[in-house]
Amino acid sequence: MTLLRLENVAIDVDRDGQTRRLVHDASFELDRGETLAIVGESGSGKSLSALAVMGLLADGLRQAEGVIEFEGRDLSAMSPKQINQLRGSEISMIFQEPMTSLNPVRSIEHQLTEGMRLKMGLSRRGARARALELLQEVGISDPAQRLRQYPHQLSGGMRQRVMIAIALSCNPKLILADEPTTALDVTIQAQILALTAKLCRDHDVGLVLITHNLGIVARYARNVAVMYAGRVIEKASARDLYRAPKHPYTRGLLDSVPRLDLPRDRPLSPIAGAPPDPMEELTGCRFHPRCPKATDRCIAEVPAIHDVERHQVACWHPNLAQKNAREAVA
Amino acid sequence: MSAPAPLLQVQDLHVNFEIRSGLLQRVSGLIRAVSGVSFEIERGKAFGLVGESGCGKSTVARAVLQLLEPSAGQIIYDGQDLAQLDKADMAQFRRKVQAVFQDPYSSLNPRMKAGYIIAEPIHVHALKPPGEIKAEVARLLDICGLPARFADLYPHEMSGGQRQRIGIARALAMGPELIVCDEAVSALDVSIQAQIINLLEELQRELGLTYLFIGHDLSVVRHICDDVAVMYLGRIAETAPSDTLFSDPSHPYTQALIEAVPNPDPDAEVNRIIEPLAGEVPSPANPPSGCVFHPRCPVATERCHHEEPALEAIAPDHATACWNVSAARKRFTDPTTKTVLQGAEK
Repeated sequence: MTLLRLENVAIDVDRDGQTRRLVHDASFELDRGETLAIVGESGSGKSLSALAVMGLLADGLRQAEGVIEFEGRDLSAMSPKQINQLRGSEISMIFQEPMTSLNPVRSIEHQLTEGMRLKMGLSRRGARARALELLQEVGISDPAQRLRQYPHQLSGGMRQRVMIAIALSCNPKLILADEPTTALDVTIQAQILALTAKLCRDHDVGLVLITHNLGIVARYARNVAVMYAGRVIEKASARDLYRAPKHPYTRGLLDSVPRLDLPRDRPLSPIAGAPPDPMEELTGCRFHPRCPKATDRCIAEVPAIHDVERHQVACWHPNLAQKNAREAVA
Repeated sequence: MSAPAPLLQVQDLHVNFEIRSGLLQRVSGLIRAVSGVSFEIERGKAFGLVGESGCGKSTVARAVLQLLEPSAGQIIYDGQDLAQLDKADMAQFRRKVQAVFQDPYSSLNPRMKAGYIIAEPIHVHALKPPGEIKAEVARLLDICGLPARFADLYPHEMSGGQRQRIGIARALAMGPELIVCDEAVSALDVSIQAQIINLLEELQRELGLTYLFIGHDLSVVRHICDDVAVMYLGRIAETAPSDTLFSDPSHPYTQALIEAVPNPDPDAEVNRIIEPLAGEVPSPANPPSGCVFHPRCPVATERCHHEEPALEAIAPDHATACWNVSAARKRFTDPTTKTVLQGAEK
């Protein structure tokens, strides 16, 4: 059975008496033990989609359309109490900035054992014993002392390890990680991502990895969904996506990043312009003002996502045979 | 071949910050943010300082900009020691050396229109007669890829990329020779970052600018800079021309940084063997003995615990502060010496 399935999910915001759609028609799925990356720039709707799965959309935001299914159960049909029961136990989340997502006035022990006592019904002693094991598993030395400490006493990398331990504490089937290493230095990022990937593999956890870093996607994700201005515009396996991106935006992203594995003088080809304001009305394909291939049809009609070779692409003019960055250099 | 005199020379720079504590705020310790950093930048070149948070790279930038006073060492600009400059010469220096910072939202005054932000330094330094300032602002906006109407917008009305263009136009208003870019593209989205990188390169070519480029993203620093120095805990661990540094890194820390960066190539990444560096950066208030990198170093020996290695040339233009360069190189090129840590199963 599919672990997580989003079908045609739309998220709306109500502001100043107006309703605007921030996420349109988002669909993707994930099985246990797999990693799906959701890639996009700020304002693409990648974090909102994850928050919708967690039932954590902020006031004024709501899921307006579509279905979110977890192990075949429709989350939108569940009561807040039922969702609360799932959240933190079967589905958990790792946020970007552990300093703001950990409670500064509660000890690590309190925050790490809270979920286990509430959701798994463990005793204080039982939860503490498991907390010690978890800290060891995420590579924190001297766990007994760490349990007594507070978030400000830990480094950024340590705090993110604690977040991972909390996320794993109730044996989740699904973890949503929203930019889990963006605030960390590159050597710490490598430690944390290697750890997260290993733990998800060992425990057969499905991982949704939300990131803007195309290198991280290449290294850790099997499948990728690219979002732009509130829409999923391309889905494929990581290999297919990087070998031959079909959507001009995906291609533009890959051509924009400087890379250590290609010659230094390889020119960067940025995408012109900037992403649209999410509150702005825009006809047709939302990428058309920046797209080098846009035609009248792109301005008038929204392209639905459809199969193109082994990809799914929302574009009227998908790239069918183009060189990828490596071939272009060679 | 005689090398031209460098535009900027930093010689044995030290910057210490005092830790004060207690009721009387007595000095109770010293953070050695920068300990003996030396480098030079030739006119027209881009020099990169790369490293993780707390390595001292931004402190070096601030010392060069004269935003803080070095504890020891010299900064020599165009042959003149900055510590010896009189007031008039210092004003000239401040005109010739400009800065572009990371977050244009906090470095631009939110109450000023972009046109005024750019015009202010021209006005203050009387670089143009008042009647020509408006045309000059339009020219600077145009150089930075913005239409003249942006002069009438406030920073909050622009996107991050547009704000960074305003920040660059403001720096260019002074007709600078050296621009210190402190994480100038780090906060931008991928598609916008490439636009600003290209703009910086274009400006360098057309205006003959020299850059001191501070960054933590190795691939960006490599792309922009001719020469790079890698900093760790206030010291330069390794320095070389970009191509050399990234193809033949010889300090174990440089190697670890390069290994930690995943490349956007799933076919290669799935087979790539990396061993993430263990541990974390120690506090600069209490640095380790000997080589400051030894507690995290995979090739450290007894000597590294006791003696600090100097930055020494291992080839022309290539210097490394490490006792065990050959062991480090062997380990870097031979994957069997590493603990295997694969990426995702595909």
